Amino acid sequence: MLVKEIIEVLDARLLCGEERQDYGVEVAFASDLMSDVLTLKDDHVLLITGLANMQTIRTAEMSDIHCVVFARNKKVSPEMIELARENDIILIECRYSMFKTCGLLYGSGLKAIY
Amino acid sequence: MNDNDPIVLAMQVKEIVQALELKVYSGEEGLDREVSGAYVSDLLSDVMGHADTGQLWITLQTHKNVMAIASLKDLAAVILVAGHKPAENTVEQSNEEGIPILGTLLSNFEISGRLYELIKNR
Amino acid sequence: MHFEYNIEGGDFTRAGYASSQVKKLLKKQGVEMSVIKRTVVAAYEAEVNVVAHAYGGVMYVDLDDRQMRIVLQDTGPGIEDIQQAMEEGYSTASDAVREMGFGAGMGLSNMKKNAHELNIESEVGKGTRVEIIMQIA
Ligand SMILES: Nc1ncnc2c1ncn2[C@@H]1O[C@H](COP(=O)(O)OP(=O)(O)OP(=O)(O)O)[C@@H](O)[C@H]1O
Ligand SMILES: [Mg+2]
Repeated sequence: MLVKEIIEVLDARLLCGEERQDYGVEVAFASDLMSDVLTLKDDHVLLITGLANMQTIRTAEMSDIHCVVFARNKKVSPEMIELARENDIILIECRYSMFKTCGLLYGSGLKAIY
Repeated sequence: MNDNDPIVLAMQVKEIVQALELKVYSGEEGLDREVSGAYVSDLLSDVMGHADTGQLWITLQTHKNVMAIASLKDLAAVILVAGHKPAENTVEQSNEEGIPILGTLLSNFEISGRLYELIKNR
Repeated sequence: MHFEYNIEGGDFTRAGYASSQVKKLLKKQGVEMSVIKRTVVAAYEAEVNVVAHAYGGVMYVDLDDRQMRIVLQDTGPGIEDIQQAMEEGYSTASDAVREMGFGAGMGLSNMKKNAHELNIESEVGKGTRVEIIMQIA
């Protein structure tokens, strides 16, 4: 699923990665616990989370995750955006709950990791 | 489906258990509780602040305060994902409160996706 | 090559800086991507543990052609029962740490799974020393 499709399905806002909207994710993972995310071995993962702090971006960096959706209308700081840009991570902000975010993406055919 | 307003689904916990093939760990007494929707979160304070009465709480959080929060917020049931199991005292609390703890091997994303499909047209 | 990075206890804005430097270094050396990921996941978990559970510490990184050795030495409460701490799900993380997205009790087992060799020594009331060894070629 392409970044631009995710944005459309979620009626969401792109925070950084304008030039990479043709990036495609293959599987999705939803979690607020970073050590849980750090167990993932897959490539082209979409991370859906309600945790919006610097460690969310660090975790994506360490796990080679290049696209993150922040659910629950979480506000993302300029520092987070800067760190994400440095690491080629696309950030998307969405006003729906995690439940609805997962529901809409799953309904659009995005697969779970396991 | 509106995201935040509690809605009447006219669906009981046991119907969801059946439809999604969930394991029932405890709190069987609460299987006929009415479900108003679902909330996915692994952050305790977030659930305290934002979950609504009657929702199913989907999480991999097995912290000892999970049942205390479920009871305070009057949630319908807790679904532990990815095969996580409740601790012994959590099971006791769940039985006392009559709030079921359910389980699935599926991830947060997949169980949410399936549940959303199930209830979106209600 | 030898590098040292200070880690401030409780500072969740900067946590991960040292591991990020390790990642850049390994990339520059042309190390295989899968090995880089294993190394930085282990290093990052160890770094966050210092931030979450100790007062402060240092990450020492030594690199030669064949291996990378990462040592995290902290001053802090130490770990009473290392075997118990290694169990998945065991965590003493404070509520504040949990609100930062940590405290699942999975960090040490993640480190064990990813490191080629992991050694932990700890003295209660003094601190903890974590050594991660990776074969990079
Ligand atoms: N550097 C350390 N100093 C003191 N205690 C530690 C240290 N590292 C780990 N521990 C202890 O070991 C426990 C387990 O650590 P582990 O990294 O597995 O889980 P966690 O940090 O609690 O949660 P997570 O890593 O999943 O976010 C910690 O809760 C803590 O009690
Ligand atoms: Mg940890």
